[in-house]
Amino acid sequence: METVVRRLGVWAFVLIASIAAIALTPDAGFAIHMGIVGLVAVILIVATLTTYDPVARAQSLFRMPPGPSRYDDDVIRWGVIATMFWGVVGLLVGVFIAAQLAWPWLNLEPYLNFGRIRPLHTSAVIFAFGGNALLCTSFYVVQRTCRTTLALPGVARFVFWGYQLFIVLAATGYVLGIGQGKEYAEPEWYVDLWLTIVWLAYAAVFVGTILKRHEPHIYVANWFFLAFILTIAMLHVVNNLAMPVSLLGAKSYSAFSGVQDALTQWWYGHNAVGFFLTAGFLAMMYYFVPKQAGRPVYSYRLSIIHFWSLIFLYIWAGPHHLHYTALPDWAQTLGMVFSVMLWMPSWGGMINGLMTLNGAWDKVRTDPIIRMMVLALAFYGMSTFEGPMLSIKAVNSLSHYTDWTIGHVHSGALGWNGMITFACVYYLTPRLWNRERLYSLRMINWHFWLATLGIVFYASSMWVAGITQGLMWREYGADGYLVNSFVDTVAALHPMYALRMVGGLMYLTGALVMAWNIAMTIAGALREEAPMGDTPHQPQADRPIFQPSPEPAE
Amino acid sequence: MANKRIDEPTGTETVGHEWDGIEELNTPLPRWWLYTFYATIAFAAVYVVLYPAWPMIDRATGGTLGWSSRGQLAAEMRAADAARAGIRAEIAATPIEALPANPQLMQAAVAGGAAAFKVNCAACHGAGAAGAPGYPNLNDDDWLWGGTLSDIQTTITHGVRWDAAPETRINLMPAFDGMLDSAELDAIAGHVLSLNGKGKPSAAGAQLYADNCAACHGPGGGGMAAMGVPALNDAIWLFGGSAADIKRQVGNPRHGVMPAWKDRLDPVTIKMLAAFVHSRGGGQGPAPAAAAAAPQAPAPDVASAKKAESDG
Repeated sequence: METVVRRLGVWAFVLIASIAAIALTPDAGFAIHMGIVGLVAVILIVATLTTYDPVARAQSLFRMPPGPSRYDDDVIRWGVIATMFWGVVGLLVGVFIAAQLAWPWLNLEPYLNFGRIRPLHTSAVIFAFGGNALLCTSFYVVQRTCRTTLALPGVARFVFWGYQLFIVLAATGYVLGIGQGKEYAEPEWYVDLWLTIVWLAYAAVFVGTILKRHEPHIYVANWFFLAFILTIAMLHVVNNLAMPVSLLGAKSYSAFSGVQDALTQWWYGHNAVGFFLTAGFLAMMYYFVPKQAGRPVYSYRLSIIHFWSLIFLYIWAGPHHLHYTALPDWAQTLGMVFSVMLWMPSWGGMINGLMTLNGAWDKVRTDPIIRMMVLALAFYGMSTFEGPMLSIKAVNSLSHYTDWTIGHVHSGALGWNGMITFACVYYLTPRLWNRERLYSLRMINWHFWLATLGIVFYASSMWVAGITQGLMWREYGADGYLVNSFVDTVAALHPMYALRMVGGLMYLTGALVMAWNIAMTIAGALREEAPMGDTPHQPQADRPIFQPSPEPAE
Repeated sequence: MANKRIDEPTGTETVGHEWDGIEELNTPLPRWWLYTFYATIAFAAVYVVLYPAWPMIDRATGGTLGWSSRGQLAAEMRAADAARAGIRAEIAATPIEALPANPQLMQAAVAGGAAAFKVNCAACHGAGAAGAPGYPNLNDDDWLWGGTLSDIQTTITHGVRWDAAPETRINLMPAFDGMLDSAELDAIAGHVLSLNGKGKPSAAGAQLYADNCAACHGPGGGGMAAMGVPALNDAIWLFGGSAADIKRQVGNPRHGVMPAWKDRLDPVTIKMLAAFVHSRGGGQGPAPAAAAAAPQAPAPDVASAKKAESDG
């Protein structure tokens, strides 16, 4: 009873504070955000006061298996659903902004103009789709490879729901025009503070689970997850250091200015790619590829060397985003050489993933999930070669500010992050919902080809567009003058922009096929179809060890 | 660890650990991987000696090649300038009205002007110089401030209604809203349209026009280039040519502004820009000397005016 009263007191305080903020702020967007916070407080008060438990209701709605399972999988099931949901939202917004670039009249002022919707797309796919995938797979993997349940289970639930609140505040903020103008770090100071709290809680759950492990060693996937969690915490806090104009308003000013601000931003921005989209997803790869292939990891030594070299080198590579700018030449040089040295450490992950299939290559033909993983690793290899190449100054002078960068990013994001996440969700869903198999393995084939063709359309149209743009910008005529005006290059790119949207649309269609497949699997349906290869689930082996081994390893 | 075994398909020994069924092979690092990694490190080691790299106390090492990005830019700009220096000196030494007499020089000036136009002018006047509502079309022969080479040069140099330039082109049409009532504004708009055969003339409109407008725009609506007064008897409209557009412009005139480019561009570039704009099709010959020889400012040509109508 006492805890109930104490909780009610906290929620009531949050509610009153948010109402006071709404009353006092002159800033409409901030007031809407405080309204969202107040609404969350009301839901919590209702849930505390009455027997109505919204989470339990929703769990039965999504047919989640009741009662405690061997591992603490509730929050992981929520993460799978959130990953799928935000993935579709993010891709849909991406197709819309691609259409806006080809047909500018689609800029619907003011809420749906490109400037507001573009961060909505990037944040939705990176932080909402990718972030939820990382959250749920990290909780899944750390429990299984440590043979224990989650430390701090209540905190783990707070992490998931708190992260969703962060996503909602960030996304609504963009549409309302709230943003601090830092790419991939657009949310304003109060949303950043909230994410800091959530992220530290995430770190506590993850580290706590590793500390209570029943395995003598920490598996390589967990090194990568740990590097991802700790580095993102550091990057997020430093890059978002800012002074709010008022505690009752959204606007803030960065602690850095000028070229220092730019360098801090790209130190953050590049390592968001490095530690969020590379290290975190490599962690997923290191668990799910060997599990799905049923094969040992190719090389333990390679995993050690490429882990430490990747971690050490990545953090210095950010200045390559600022070639030929006001950033001093020496910093540009260092950004470039560290990026070049990063090539092989990045490829170490690709080699370890692909070569794990040694002895099981036939599965590429029979198992659509393995095929998706192989494609993801192939795109990972391509974009981690392209990255160092684009960081070389001579190449960068052509590619920078062009759509080549966009093509590069999307071959990595759609090809690597997207495909590996899809493969992991396909792997997880039947296991988490105790289903015999997925609703349909053949629909994964459809998804695979739609997504692959979509990426090909997307990346090749942007490569052509970027190189065209770069060459047109620098084209000098025989009389020593520039040949093209900027708007000439815009006109020349129009067909490529239309093709890019077609590619995005195909990728989105694949994701919708997947969403249907996942929804039907959760509903418990099995599509009648000719069987395909899959790795069987072994429920008896999928459990924690409750007796710690008597003698710890060396 | 105790559980080392030989993995059958690959013949490689495992490390002996196992996590949730996942084992690891003790495969050595692939040689090609390792040597490529070494090669990139060697590349980096050489590069940081050749180029600016190491931050010291008050500056960074400059690199043995002496390269800097600013230096590279300056060298490229110098080379480009040097390549153009001869022709620019010739253009600078030639009075602008004398340019057409030297076709080669005129061609070079037009080429240079075209490049400068793309960078500086296309944003308002359009990449093809066809203008936009409120921004004059430069391809036709209708000139607000005169269409000779020197007129255009003056307009570009000092701008239009550009406060910071003392010699800027400036005129202001009074707002008739308040001086005339709505019906009278309609009558004037009707008369203006009738000047180019589009509306029905009315006695009241003609009288109002004669009293209020003819002093500047001329009795026939021919305009006055010396004062920047637009001609009303052609089908070329800067702010729209419907009766409602004309009524609005008479009631509360909008006045366009163009910056004075002398603060941003050098005189030779401005000269080249003038040559380019003059060459777009509507350039006029110099006024006094060419009165007999060169074609004078053409009378409103309905066919070409119709063509340009959609441009504003």
